[in-house]
Amino acid sequence: MHIPVESLRLPNGLQVVLSRDHTAPIVAVNLWYHVGSANEREDRTGFAHLFEHMLFQGSANVEANEHFELVQRAGGTLNGSTWLDRTNYYETLPSHQLALALWLEADRMGRMLPAMTQAKLDTQRDVVKNERRWSVDNQPYGTWWERLPALTFPPSHPFHHSLIGSMEHLSDASLEDVADFFRTYYTPDNAVLTIAGDFDREDALRLVHSYFGEFPAGSDRPPLRDMTVPPVFGDTRREVVPDAVALPRVFVACRTPVFGSDGYYAASLAAAVLGLRSGCRLEQSLVRRQRVASQASAFTYDLAKGSDLLVVDATAHPDVTAEQLEAAVLAELDLMHTQGVTEDEVQRARALIETGFVTSMQSAAERADQLSRFATYFGDASLINTQVARYQAVSAADVSRLARERLGPDNRVVLLYVPADGAETDAEAQAMEVGA
Amino acid sequence: MSTVTQGDTTSAPARPGAGTPRPYRFPAFQTRILANGLRLIVANVPAYPVVTMLAVVEAGATRDPRDVEGLAQFTTRGLAEGTRDMDALQLATRLEMLGTTIDTGADWDSAIVQLTALATRVDDAMAVLAEVLRYPAFPERELERMRAERRADLAQLRAEPRGLSDVFFSRLLYDPASRFARLAGGDERSVERLTREAVLAFHAEYYRPDATALMLVGDIDVEHAVRLVSQCFGDWSGSAPPVSEPLAASRFTEPRVHLVHKADAPQSEVRVGHVAIPRLHEDYFPVVVMNAILGGLFSSRLNLNLREAHAYTYGAHSAFDWRRAASPFEVSTAVETAVTADALREIQHEIARIREAPVSEAELSLAVSYLIGVFPIRFETTAEVAGGLANVEIFRLPSTYFDTYRERVQAVTVDDVLRVARTHLDPSRLQVVVVGDAHAIREPIAALGLGPISVYDTTDDDPR
Repeated sequence: MHIPVESLRLPNGLQVVLSRDHTAPIVAVNLWYHVGSANEREDRTGFAHLFEHMLFQGSANVEANEHFELVQRAGGTLNGSTWLDRTNYYETLPSHQLALALWLEADRMGRMLPAMTQAKLDTQRDVVKNERRWSVDNQPYGTWWERLPALTFPPSHPFHHSLIGSMEHLSDASLEDVADFFRTYYTPDNAVLTIAGDFDREDALRLVHSYFGEFPAGSDRPPLRDMTVPPVFGDTRREVVPDAVALPRVFVACRTPVFGSDGYYAASLAAAVLGLRSGCRLEQSLVRRQRVASQASAFTYDLAKGSDLLVVDATAHPDVTAEQLEAAVLAELDLMHTQGVTEDEVQRARALIETGFVTSMQSAAERADQLSRFATYFGDASLINTQVARYQAVSAADVSRLARERLGPDNRVVLLYVPADGAETDAEAQAMEVGA
Repeated sequence: MSTVTQGDTTSAPARPGAGTPRPYRFPAFQTRILANGLRLIVANVPAYPVVTMLAVVEAGATRDPRDVEGLAQFTTRGLAEGTRDMDALQLATRLEMLGTTIDTGADWDSAIVQLTALATRVDDAMAVLAEVLRYPAFPERELERMRAERRADLAQLRAEPRGLSDVFFSRLLYDPASRFARLAGGDERSVERLTREAVLAFHAEYYRPDATALMLVGDIDVEHAVRLVSQCFGDWSGSAPPVSEPLAASRFTEPRVHLVHKADAPQSEVRVGHVAIPRLHEDYFPVVVMNAILGGLFSSRLNLNLREAHAYTYGAHSAFDWRRAASPFEVSTAVETAVTADALREIQHEIARIREAPVSEAELSLAVSYLIGVFPIRFETTAEVAGGLANVEIFRLPSTYFDTYRERVQAVTVDDVLRVARTHLDPSRLQVVVVGDAHAIREPIAALGLGPISVYDTTDDDPR
């Protein structure tokens, strides 16, 4: 499998990536802006994500929500997402609608601000607050994905604070903040535009030049605060969180080499040996042999700056205490830290990762997203074609070394969810039952 | 309203029109029926070097015996826990060394066993798939663990607002005697009856070649597929009993409100709906278009009202959860506690409105052109094509289904939408289920007059 890649850069700095595949009359357009929650002011957490919502609220020539309507009317799917250090916008359409997708992305890259109003900001602020309630506050364990970065990165670090943000900060966001953020980060020289699927090269390039070529490059984009952290925490940190959960759950995070580095591929394989699918160590040991967990997995965050994280999560078996669960998970990490891994285990992990990667490449949207990712982080979209080989180049000894250096007791953060007391009694609920 | 001004906005290129559509056909497929009745459906889709194998067995949750609910799902999950030759660990290792894993599951109508492998490993993977389907060992030790995991899942379901609202919604929608009224995976009582004996009997009765269809989609030609499947399944014998339609009657004939009390919940999980039509209904296509306009699309009436106009929610949707027997129609959303009654009023309003007057041509054309346009996008991967072919088997759709899909969507008119909204949406039977803080939401909801209100504890397992 080889993904075709052609890369170029417009005079205004916009990186453009083209990848043709005429299998089906489908084209994916994908735009990564190199900005995420890490770029936020400390008193405006959640802003990058709120802003992602605003980018669907129209631009000079597109009404609020019309972006969604036009793409869906064209027979396409679309969305956007915000991450710690990037924001992406994407659509997949029938290939004869490519011009529409490019024009829509261009209108909001170059001409968003005339369409912004206080009323739109107020509405999207409330929508985002409801998103927060839905995905964080009203979900068992829902706070894990803001508590874990808060524990693993120091308060001054750009990855420390919540991606979805605090309710207070969201309330404080002003229309002027929207304008500042837009002018600073949503510029062609801070973006990668990828087109993947069924398109004509000359047509696509003509449209890209015509729609995006006129926008000026940005200026005065502030550098990210220092992202460097020591390779290990130096000790085991621990936080216990009482929550409205039925079963205890533990998250353990270790600092690991950043996405794209040689060490990353070793860490990714270590995570797969530990916690990918049913033949992995955590499943075989914690879930099946010891029966202390009802579920267990491990994964890397895939952060390309500062430090990546390898995260293990496990949910208790119904008859097991939080402390028993935690001890068993840490024992598995100890074992890998001291004894390393076998060649068979690494081979299993590599085979699963390779099949998963090749399978995911069938989707034009997924190809486009990965191409944008490599272009954004490393300026080189063609790295997509080196991924399988990079995993193959990692030996069991490399993974064992990674485990020795990074999975030990000097490099762990433990986040332990335990069932909170104070569940309402049946009697109290019964007392309210008054049939009308 | 204040506006932030910025530079020159007049120089924008004109909004472009569409180019000329390129033709698209759903991948060609061939059907072969083995002498033992097993149906093989092969689609050669060679763009990427992978193959998806998907087996559909007439062994869904509607075949569960009464009081042994969850047996179908339990049996399907147990397939991957070892065979006559391999224990669970050996089986997992064998597959994962091949770079694949078996996914199993059972919905109401059928059981599904599926894997995707690199094309170079198809023969080995198929041999394992056949072992798993034909000779599962169901070791007691693994079944015991699976029962404990099911208990853990249930505990978590009851702590989780979304899961809880779905549990209560199906219980309150369907007649208590209907299989649909109870969890597809079974509950705390029935899980204890999922014995090895019951699993072995269920497998022996229903996992039969004449009740199985196997899709092979990807970088594999038909001759190779036929040879391989004949080798692995040709000597499989036996017949499954005929399928009977499950009871799909409603629990209540009048509208009611059901509040599941969760103290201090910051949001209310809302479900509104009633029992509707089966998948194989002559109105399927107009109903799909109608639902897209009502709540299926981002630009649907429900989402634009609840999210964009009122900012009550992160999202609001409606759907028909298609089954062979009468499927539920369901509006779902999660709203801030303080506006729960307001949101219910708007949901009620949108259901009434789509029954009162024709939708606009603009709304119709949006839904129709969306459904037609995304059709090829829904079938980009081998797993998606295999899933589409599986639906043809599960719902007994005509073999021309994919070839006529777009013209049938295109044929839906404004009058059709109005007619099916009036026929298949019934405000006089709407059940409202809300998981939230009953103290805070009860009175405002009562003022809406949506029907008698009952309040339940989250642990009530047979609300009435």
